[in-house]
Amino acid sequence: MPFLLKRLISAVSLVFATSLIVFLLVSPAFDDIARNVLGENASAEQVAQLNAELGLDRPIFVQYFDWLIAAVQGDFGTSLFTSQSVWAAIGVRMPVTVAMVVLVTLISGVIGFAVGILSAVRRGWVDKALQFLSTLGDALPAFIIALFLVTVFAIQLGWLPATGYTDFSTDPGAWARSLVMPVAALTIPAIAGIAQQVRSSMLAMMRQDYVRTLRSRGLSETRVVLVHVLRNSSTTGLTALAVQVVGILGGAVVIEQVFALPGLGSLAIEAAVRTDVPLILGAVLAYVVIVVIVNLLVDLAVAWLNPKVRLS
Amino acid sequence: MSQTTTLVAAARAAKQGAFRRFLRNPLGVAAATVLLIIVLSALVAPFLPLPSPDLVVLRDAMQSPSAQHLLGTDASGRDVLSRLLLGAQVSLAGAALALVVALVVGLPTGLLAGYYGGPFDAVANWFNNLNMALPGIVLLLAVRAVAGPSIWISMGVFGVLLAPGVFRIVRASVQAVRGELYIDAARVSGLGDARIIGRHVLTVVRAPAIIQSARLASIAIAVQAGLEFLGIADSSVPSWGGMLNEGFRRIFVNPSLIFWPSLAIGLTTMALILLGNAMRDALEDRDAGDSSKVGRPQPASVASLTDRTEASLLSVRDLEVSYGIGDSKNTVVHHVSLDIAPGEVLGLVGESGSGKTQTAFSVLGLLPDGGWVSRGSIRFDGTELATLSTAERRKLRGTDIAYVPQEPLSNLDPSFRIGQQLTEPLRTRLGLSKTQAKERALSLLAKVGIPDPEATFRAYPHEISGGMAQRVLIAGAVAGEPKLLIADEPTTALDVTVQAEVLDLLRDLQSETGMAVLLVTHNFGVVADICDRVAVMKAGRIVETDDVDTILRTPSDPYTQTLLASMLDEGPVRTYVAPTTAGAASSEGSRG
Repeated sequence: MPFLLKRLISAVSLVFATSLIVFLLVSPAFDDIARNVLGENASAEQVAQLNAELGLDRPIFVQYFDWLIAAVQGDFGTSLFTSQSVWAAIGVRMPVTVAMVVLVTLISGVIGFAVGILSAVRRGWVDKALQFLSTLGDALPAFIIALFLVTVFAIQLGWLPATGYTDFSTDPGAWARSLVMPVAALTIPAIAGIAQQVRSSMLAMMRQDYVRTLRSRGLSETRVVLVHVLRNSSTTGLTALAVQVVGILGGAVVIEQVFALPGLGSLAIEAAVRTDVPLILGAVLAYVVIVVIVNLLVDLAVAWLNPKVRLS
Repeated sequence: MSQTTTLVAAARAAKQGAFRRFLRNPLGVAAATVLLIIVLSALVAPFLPLPSPDLVVLRDAMQSPSAQHLLGTDASGRDVLSRLLLGAQVSLAGAALALVVALVVGLPTGLLAGYYGGPFDAVANWFNNLNMALPGIVLLLAVRAVAGPSIWISMGVFGVLLAPGVFRIVRASVQAVRGELYIDAARVSGLGDARIIGRHVLTVVRAPAIIQSARLASIAIAVQAGLEFLGIADSSVPSWGGMLNEGFRRIFVNPSLIFWPSLAIGLTTMALILLGNAMRDALEDRDAGDSSKVGRPQPASVASLTDRTEASLLSVRDLEVSYGIGDSKNTVVHHVSLDIAPGEVLGLVGESGSGKTQTAFSVLGLLPDGGWVSRGSIRFDGTELATLSTAERRKLRGTDIAYVPQEPLSNLDPSFRIGQQLTEPLRTRLGLSKTQAKERALSLLAKVGIPDPEATFRAYPHEISGGMAQRVLIAGAVAGEPKLLIADEPTTALDVTVQAEVLDLLRDLQSETGMAVLLVTHNFGVVADICDRVAVMKAGRIVETDDVDTILRTPSDPYTQTLLASMLDEGPVRTYVAPTTAGAASSEGSRG
């Protein structure tokens, strides 16, 4: 399928481009790597020697391609501080973030679509109330919502653990409990964003000529709205969902910190504070790959739903 | 240049109206007031008699509000109120920095890309996609690794990440006016590109850019607070995020410490978003009222009912169609009465905007949003439709009253195959099985003259021609063997050669099934070809109704005479290849 092939090529090029830009962006920090590893008292020769060992004395683009070639083979180097391989560090942290983001995406997708549809069909006060609530959700940062949830449900009511993460394999119940608040905090803004898009796209679609013609055939209003109008609006809704996923990932960085979840975000924060260059590069790349995969899945869904896209 | 001047004056007048509309929006005014208070208190904070924000008095730690510390003290005994106000300075300055960077980067590039297009556009688009591939905060973490904990560097970089938000909106507004006459006029009058952009294009861009700025500022405030909360920003100056960070560490000891900074962040971001929305609503002049409200019809006047015969299949009396209610009620069809006998073909003729399509839609019960029958009686086959429930009316559609639209391609759902669109009503309305429905649909397609029914059955609407699509729509309309077919300009959107074929098809189907037809058209050639009787409409009223020969040979109303004369100028009246009228009626679907 040419459409999906095109999207695949654009996705891969996006991964390369972002990695290059971030590589260049953090390259000034390379000068300090040897100094950081060897300590303040290292002599200039020791620093030069370590730089040569690490290949940091070579031109920056040569270093990038070296890194890239190794990365493509699955070797992202080792952390400067823990001497753990970057791949392993990401492998440990990734599932926490992915579990959270997948849950948030699914829940906010379902609720966001439902709210958007309801708001477009019902109009009147239902629409107004939903519009106002989604403005609130849109305006409040996820971590402010998270702090509110912690205060109420962990501290005042004591229903849920304030922080910490239990592995799914250790105790599924505790795992679910540790994710309730993080997921809720990220879901609320995402629902708002998706519902707004679904609503306006549904309203625009309901004014289309073919909707009148479908009604003229005596089809039930439910069928017209939920089968025909929804399918034609879903492309916009899914694209909004893809945009939200980037926001959800960004929000998750702060949310992981609030709930002390050992995810990709807290890894990136540790790496940033310690200027652990290989680790930061690996973490950024992991984020880009998640976004790109989500976008490809959305493209796949759009192509499935929209024959014009699929067949052009 | 006078045209440009008037336009600018008009824009200014519209803006003044916008300001008044904004003042009428309580949410917008409240948001603006809250923001003003926050900005002012940040500005005057240094001059207020408050305790020093950095004064650590450990024995005063975590005090409740008192006369000395109006909002209490934090874990180090520092005054919460003065830290909050000083934090406002940092937050607002950081957001302002990000916004300025975003505007400096996004505004010129958006202007250039919108004005010149081409490669500029492609490059900008690519950068935009790149930006969408990575959560901003993750990139800021990478920046933090290199540049250290300075919040100003972080917010400057974040400004670059926000720039596409400005770019997109500026480019779209510029593209929208680029082709406008007054830009052309300015160019013809010898103004250089730079001056055109500066004088004319910038004015267009200003409003959307301001609205978008409110939104971006809200995002910047949230991200900055997030960075500070993560504890990776410089913590030597008081900041809202920093206060949250410190308060959160002691949340079990004193949950109230996070209350004030949370409130400050939440209020600011929310006020910015609400302000942006209110400005948008005011500038776009959105109708605050619900335009979809309709009322109940009043009965037809007694006088109009005197000549009513029981023999009519459709009998419309004293019909009035309106949009909106109360003061904004606008009536587009007045006192229309018409009858169609079983098996009769009635032509409803008039210029575009004469209300003929509105009349047809009110018989179908499918007036656009906000449209309603405000008076009169529509009796179909012995049933009064004007007061019938929505559900009851739906049951009549497809099986008793069917509809053939004007524009074939926009009237098929682009996402479903033709076959499914034909079988769906057959299955849900007539209760046919899947195989029966398919068989029926294929025979209908063959009947309306589609050469390869199987292939068309499998095709998507965009894969077939306009003439084919119109045949498909006719097949769909007659599938339920209706007693009345309402055809709204069924040939207008088609090529001249196809017009005659489709008209032949309609006539054949009519004589074969004996269904009655209400044919809406502006074309007397079509009328001559197929109609038994004609009703002529003008400005929402029927001016003359008679049999087709009388109307064509000896029309009594002067308006009909004018209409006919204008047709005669263009070609012979009675012809089987219907002549096209220059500037054929545009779709009346939106509003008459």
